[in-house]
Parts: sequence; C-alpha cells; structure tokens
Amino acid sequence: MADLSVTFCGVEFRNPLVLASGVLGITASSFHHVIESGAGGVTTKSLWLTEHKGHPNPVMIANEHYMLNAVGVPDAGIEKAKMEMAEYNKRKRAPIIANIIAGRKADYGEIAEEIAKLHPDIIEVNISCPNVEDEFGKPFACSRDDASEVCREVKKRVGRVPVIVKLSPNVTSIVEIAKAVANAGADGFCCINTVGPGLAIDLESREPILANRVGGISGPAIKPLAIRIVHEVSRATKLPIIGTGGVTNGRDALEMMMAGATLVGVGTAVYYRGVEVFGLMTKEMDEWCRVNKVKKMRDLIGSMHS
Amino acid sequence: MNVAKHDTFPVTLPIKKIIRETPHVKTFVFAYDLKSRPGQFINIWIPRVDEKPMSIAYDSGKGEFWLTIFAVGDMTKKLHEMKVGDRVGIRGPFGKAFQYEPGDHVITVGGGYGAAPLYNLAMEATSQKCTVDFIVGARSSEHLLYTDRVKKIRNTKLHIATDDGSVGVKGYNTPILEKLIADMKKTAAGKKKLKKTIVFAVGPEVMMKRVSDICFKEKVACQVSVERYMKCGFGVCGNCCLDDTGITVCTEGPAMDHKKARKSVDFGVAHRDAVGRKHAY
Repeated sequence: MADLSVTFCGVEFRNPLVLASGVLGITASSFHHVIESGAGGVTTKSLWLTEHKGHPNPVMIANEHYMLNAVGVPDAGIEKAKMEMAEYNKRKRAPIIANIIAGRKADYGEIAEEIAKLHPDIIEVNISCPNVEDEFGKPFACSRDDASEVCREVKKRVGRVPVIVKLSPNVTSIVEIAKAVANAGADGFCCINTVGPGLAIDLESREPILANRVGGISGPAIKPLAIRIVHEVSRATKLPIIGTGGVTNGRDALEMMMAGATLVGVGTAVYYRGVEVFGLMTKEMDEWCRVNKVKKMRDLIGSMHS
Repeated sequence: MNVAKHDTFPVTLPIKKIIRETPHVKTFVFAYDLKSRPGQFINIWIPRVDEKPMSIAYDSGKGEFWLTIFAVGDMTKKLHEMKVGDRVGIRGPFGKAFQYEPGDHVITVGGGYGAAPLYNLAMEATSQKCTVDFIVGARSSEHLLYTDRVKKIRNTKLHIATDDGSVGVKGYNTPILEKLIADMKKTAAGKKKLKKTIVFAVGPEVMMKRVSDICFKEKVACQVSVERYMKCGFGVCGNCCLDDTGITVCTEGPAMDHKKARKSVDFGVAHRDAVGRKHAY
C-alpha cells in the first residue's frame, strides 16, 4: 500500500479525502460514520453563532451530471456546536475542520472566537455560499476587500488555529481574490464552493423546482472548473488547498492533487456512491499509485507538467 | 452500498381520484407506475408550499399508487384543498423496504395512521402466500383507518384496539401482539416446525419501541419504520442521522430490522428538528 498521508496546515491526515462542508456533517455520530467509511478527515456544516433556519423544501435535486442545492445553511447555533464537538472529541480518530459562517462581515470574528475555543484542527471560513443571496446579498468572496476583511477579522480571534478561506468560483478573477486573502493572513484555501447559482424548471408545472428558486451547482459537471481554479490559485499563492468540486472517484481525486490540492473535498459524491465512497476512492487511489509506482501520494501534489 | 438513483428530479402528476377516509384524512390516487415496495417513501411536492416525505398506502404494481394523508400542517392542508386533475410533484421511491419471505406469517402492528402503509405490506405479502394478523390501534373509532379494506384481504385477520374502547379492545394495541405471540408459542409447542413469523410495526416511535421490546424478549423477528426529519431523502443532507451509529434513516431505513434501530440510543427516545437540535419524544 502506498503512503496516503498528507500534512495540511501542519495537521496530519491519514489520507487526503475529507468530507466537504454541507454534506452529512450535522452530528458527531455522522462524522464518526464518515471516518469509519474511510475519510481522512471531516468538515462540519457551516456553523452560525445563533440559529439559522435555511430554506424550505425542496432543497436538493440531482441527475447524473450535477446536483443543484439551496439548503440555505441551516444550523442550531453555537450551543449545539459545543455539544457535537465534545461528542466528536470523545472518540476522535481524524482531524475535524470547523466551517463557520456569518451574515455580516463584523460577525465573523465572534463565531470564529467561539469555535476556536472548541479546538477544531482547522477553521474554514465560508464566505462563498451562493444560495443565501436574497438574505445577505452578494457573497463576501465576490469582493477582494470584503473577502480579505473577513479573513483578517477571523485571524485576529482564533489564536493558533489555522484558518482557510472557502472561495467562490462565481467571480471574474479568483486569483486576484485569493492573493488578497493570502495577504490578509489566510493559511490556505478551499476551492471551490458551488457554482452559479443555477436554475431548474419543472416542465409540467412550469415552476422552479427548488423552493429558493436557484441553487449552487456541484457534482461531476463542475470538476474541470474546480481543477483549473485549484491549479491557478495554487500557483499564484503557494498556499495549501483543499480541492473540492465534482470529485467522485479515485482518478478525480488524484487529478485534483496534481492540479495542486493537498486535501480533496468529497461532498456530492456521497449522492452518487453512498457514504462508502471514501473507502472506495481511497482504494482506487492506492491502486493507481501501485500500478504507477508512486510510493508517497503527497509527491503528486502540484505535479502537473506545465 | 447505498447508491441513489441518479435522477431525483420530481415528476408532477395529476390527482386521479380523491377518497375521503375520515374528517381529516384523504386518500389521493395517482395513475403512475411508482415501482415501490412496502416500507419505502416518496417526497411529495406542492410548488411554492413545501415538500415532505410520505409513506405509500398502496402500490398496485400496475400503474397506480395511493397516498393517505392527514391534514396536519401547511402542506397537507393545502393538499386537502386540491381537486382531481390538480398536479402534485412526486420524487422517489426512496429508502429501504420491509423484508420477508413468501409463505411467512406476518403480524403488522399499526398505530394511528401507520395502518395505511401496513395495508400496502399486507396486500403484497398475501399475494406471496403469507398469512397476516393485522393489528391496529387508534384513539377512537373515528381515527381508525383502512379497517374495511383490511377485512377484504385474503388470509388476513384484523385486530383492533382503541384508547376509548369504542371499537375492539380498550387500550393499547401491544397486548394483542403479546397474546398472539403467546398463542403462537402454545400452538407451536406440540409441533416440530414453527412457521416463520415476522412482526412489522409502523406508528409513533414510542409504540414501535414497545413492539420491539416485546419481540426482543420473545425472540420474534421484527422490523420497524423509523421516522426522522428529512430534507433530501437520499442520504446527503444529513438531517436524519441517528446517534450513535450515524446512519441516515432515509437510505438505511425507514424500514429496518428492529435490532438495527435498537443500536441507536435515539430509538424511542429522541429525534432532531430541521436545524439538527435534539428533542425527547
């Protein structure tokens, strides 16, 4: 077996596959189940300081090419986060990345500080959700100044916990935004959040299917976009990246690593292959390494010829 | 492996027929080959109102299925206002079905509106050479559902319990189950081979836990239908995960062996709401 371990922002992962934020990830039990299924780490759903309801149903539809979702980031708030983190830590076997969110730039500091007290391995800052625009306006990830302001605010409040920022692909130049966020002190990135938003219409009723009308696009269709962005951000900033977007099998994950990702986020693939996808993909990646005589998977990071 | 169907877009179907069951319950008939099995569920969508998971009351297997729905919330009340020909969105079927072998003896225990999906099971099981004891419990006679239909199923015996004693025996439905199991064991004592018996419970979780406790003690096979708050219905949103196993009820259930349900500390004890907060039953 190849050595699948990687180090990301100083944190050791037994393999590069992490559960992406927004899929499963509501309870400690669910995290443990994902780890038992083979994931190298997990990311929480976006955590709010106080309860946030999310959108009515339907919130999610998918076909073989893509998923469209507008769950609307529901969460019970910090007290639940405390309980779930305590539960997770009782049987902790892999790193946990706490994804945080707030409605206003100024509110990121407080949730970041509260979450840092729970000692997650890494904090991931969600400034790029495309399906709460009606409530909060354009995501902060769409502006260089907003994105770096949020990053600075979070960095000030979390001590030594590494901070990564989840970027949006729905911008003119993601590299410019990544550079600004890097200058604001980010320790790494998660690329990319969902694309769009997109719209799907039911023909017979002529109604938009999602209750929120529009939703972020994920799944196989967005993989080439994610690969390109990971490559560009990695080259431009030299910071470590969680590459996320349309990865559903071992080859996809290796491609993401060759583009420059250290960790690979797996989310929508749970829809296509069940929670077992983590174990299946790890096996597929290991098999490729064996055939291609790669002893350490981390040697593949950023190895695309250019 | 939990492989979702790779298309979870809705189909919007016209209501073919509406049957009034009780003052607050209607059955909606759709002409559509749902390809479902008893125990599975669908998501029912009314555009601009809501989408909710619902059990299936009957699937003919020949292009017709029924939904029996209690008008209790915004969406179900809206559905009750709809007329024949109005369109309703359907997604699914989702989740796991009940399991049995042809020729088994089936005991169903339905609490309240659990009678409808168990009718679906009894219809299928009796077509597979099974015999059925159909136990239902309700608050009173006007809350009983499907009893006239159940009476017409071959090889099926109906047993009723109501809280007020207005029909059948007074009290819970579980003493009927205990008596049936005791009688079965007495009859079996003289015989070499006991017919395989499986108990299926659908209803309030506290009732299903009681049924499971009885079956666990008496060493009788049992499956239950676990209900949790669901958003997607196909194992992605994570709202329906059980503690401590972490499994999603929508893909590992709703129908599951009671031993699997009993592995969860939540079974009969607690459930989570739309934002994931836990509440005791």
